[in-house]
Amino acid sequence: MKTICFYFEIHQLRQLKRYRFFDIGSDHYYYDDFASESNVTEVAEKSYVPALTTLLEMIKENNGYFKVALSVSGVGLEILEQYAPQVIELMHELNATGCCEFLSEPYSHGLSSLVSRSVFKKEVQRMNDKIKELFGQTPKVLRNSGLIYSNEISEMAAQMGFKGMLSEGAKHILAWKSPHFLYNSITAPGLKLLLRDYKLSDDISLRFSNQAWSEYPLFAETYADWIADFPKDEKIINIFMNLTAFGMAQPLSSNILEFMRALPACCKERGITFSTPTELVENEKSVGALDVPYPLSWMDEERDASSWLGNSLQNEAFNKLYSVAERVALSDDRKLKQDWDYLQAADNFRYMTTKQNGIITEKCIYESPFDAFTNYMNILADFITRVNAQYPEDIDNEELNALLKMIANQNEEIVALNEEIAALKSKPAKKSRKKAEQTEE
Amino acid sequence: MKILMFGWEFPPHISGGLGTASYGLTKGLAVQGDMDITFCIPKPYGDEDKSFLKIVGMNTVPITWKNVDWDYVSNRVGAIINPDDYFRYRDHIYSDFSYMHTNDLGCMEFAGGYPENLHEEINNYSIIAGVVARSEQFDIIHSHDWLTYPAGIHAKQVSGKKLVIHVHATDFDRSRGNVNPTVYAIEKNGMDYADHIFCVSELTRRTVIDKYHQHPDKVTTVHNAVTPLPQEILDIVPKKIPNEKVVTFLGRITMQKGPEYFVEAAAMVLNRSKNKNIRFCMAGSGDMMNAMIRLAAERGIADHFHFPGFMRGRQVYECLKASDVYIMPSVSEPFGISPLEAMQCDVPTIISKQSGCAEILSRCIKTDYWDINAMADAIYAICNYDSLYEYLKVEGRREVDEITWEKVGLKLRGLYERVIGW
Repeated sequence: MKTICFYFEIHQLRQLKRYRFFDIGSDHYYYDDFASESNVTEVAEKSYVPALTTLLEMIKENNGYFKVALSVSGVGLEILEQYAPQVIELMHELNATGCCEFLSEPYSHGLSSLVSRSVFKKEVQRMNDKIKELFGQTPKVLRNSGLIYSNEISEMAAQMGFKGMLSEGAKHILAWKSPHFLYNSITAPGLKLLLRDYKLSDDISLRFSNQAWSEYPLFAETYADWIADFPKDEKIINIFMNLTAFGMAQPLSSNILEFMRALPACCKERGITFSTPTELVENEKSVGALDVPYPLSWMDEERDASSWLGNSLQNEAFNKLYSVAERVALSDDRKLKQDWDYLQAADNFRYMTTKQNGIITEKCIYESPFDAFTNYMNILADFITRVNAQYPEDIDNEELNALLKMIANQNEEIVALNEEIAALKSKPAKKSRKKAEQTEE
Repeated sequence: MKILMFGWEFPPHISGGLGTASYGLTKGLAVQGDMDITFCIPKPYGDEDKSFLKIVGMNTVPITWKNVDWDYVSNRVGAIINPDDYFRYRDHIYSDFSYMHTNDLGCMEFAGGYPENLHEEINNYSIIAGVVARSEQFDIIHSHDWLTYPAGIHAKQVSGKKLVIHVHATDFDRSRGNVNPTVYAIEKNGMDYADHIFCVSELTRRTVIDKYHQHPDKVTTVHNAVTPLPQEILDIVPKKIPNEKVVTFLGRITMQKGPEYFVEAAAMVLNRSKNKNIRFCMAGSGDMMNAMIRLAAERGIADHFHFPGFMRGRQVYECLKASDVYIMPSVSEPFGISPLEAMQCDVPTIISKQSGCAEILSRCIKTDYWDINAMADAIYAICNYDSLYEYLKVEGRREVDEITWEKVGLKLRGLYERVIGW
């Protein structure tokens, strides 16, 4: 019995505004609200709402046969709450059907998994809390930003109690192996891995409306046939993509949603079921461990971190940003923390790529990678000044930590000392009373 | 293939990009081995590189018959012309030009460069072209820039060979739109007579099509390239002052080059950065130089803004190598070879989007010429963010090393063959 695991990513970025170096130090608002709003409204209207509505109808029509998993970034949720709350409403409706699983991911949709354990764990924890609060689910499966995965990341995920992670079925990792099985991490054997079938995923998200494609037009029957024709023991077909594949990457006029809607019936005829990641992770057995020493992702032909950290510009920006990670963690300035979330978003680094692969996925204000870099660095310069203004630059992080701990402890100490004083004060009183009693005697 | 080329300048005696481009282009063609190039210029100095082409000095081609002997010619102009050629040309004088002012050899003198009586010199040049065209054997005529279009037309009419013209600039670029009608007429006439038109950029091609009303099929873009730097230039040790950045503008200080935008951007950078460790250098000369000195003073940045004057040869490279940023804010630049030279010297470069070279460069920062905010931001970023500086330096060099005249030569050859109909 074969089963399809559908997972869709929902993430939108808070767009940075044009920020010149003469704004450093004087302007602390970094966002182009108009661009963010128009972008999100457009995506919601053209893609999220019709796509989620279709998924909802598919679940209802099929009485629990069709299942789906969603992952929403925290930053994405915030911006949807602000500009397109109807999308969140739809997510609630999907959640109520019981056939939609929500996964966890780093809150900021950032790359902290590659640099800081503490930042990464904190972010994922925040996302878990947010999902729990909104949908009442405790995520058991993690999907990292850009499906980035490595041995090290799997350890962190296992430590946080996740049962499984999603990643890319990249050829350079799998080699002769098939992505149609469940694997587990080599360093954290309890953590299972679901690997994306990029051919079948891209058939929908990348090629569906391409008339030059040899398989155009793709019908649900054909697609189900492909899956049914896989060898018998290849049971798990993971189809992961951005939800924007419907409506943005592939126009709705290509009837992509009708294709989706026809899929459950076609699959049922061929004995193919649908599962959520947690069901697979809990019910299926792993066929073996995968060793991934270097980060793997679903981006570009290289399927590694080079889309975000491929050139020296991206690396400088990335290192500068995380150089203040500990200090931001110490701070309790809400505005600063919020900026920290938005600045971490991986898209900011993606705009700086100098790879010429011709695929432009997101809209942005930048004309060139240099433009994106300059703008981001100017903003970062201001952000770092603000962080340093909170804590003097010449004290190193450890010392600062000790000092802050001391301040925090001082309060407790004062409370303790006060109690002691009170206790001592009451003692002489008792004593004097005792003395008085004694004299009376 | 034999090509008769008409040009106005040739290294080492050049005043702008035209000479550099003429050199690179002919050299790129010559490496193909079977190219026989005859290059006509008004006034050669005798120290030109003649190893790969034949240079004809128009001031040594007779237009009136003078009874002189071989030894006399040899003594008089032997360094510039082979006396045998002189006599061959003398045999092809086609009309009575005795009313013209000629010297003892029956030749007309040229001042060289761009003198006051430029139009007269252009006319003389085309008269002489008639003699050359009658004497030489060639398959195609190639004229560089408007100064030589009349000569090209004349040669075409005499020989019946195809004429291609090479547009290195138009008057729309030089004048920001207020064209000189005489120049326009010469340019338009040249284009109308030409069998094919080469433009140094798509930008120029658009101008030729839109403003000179040429059929798009007749106009092809042939981007310029750069000649690799010789070893002695590569060996120049950059004179850099620690903790100080130098931003350089190098070119004619004229309206076309947008110098005022550079001054304004510099003012923004200097007024904003606290530790004034950035210096600005505007090298070159031109009719707007004094106005620029005044503008820098008005903005209160004269102590960080320097005008070293006109530079040539080795000085140019010394200046480039000492720079941390090269900027070319041209309002309208048909191509602009200088940013490519800066990139060859490992200098990160900022160019205006209105420059032709922007079409083939990607490892440099491009801004609109009027966007002084973006320009100031780019200058600040290169001076402050090390990875950007390093990236543009290394990758820019790598990119520009791939842009060679040999490739241009091959493209030209294909186009020549198409025009001739081979």
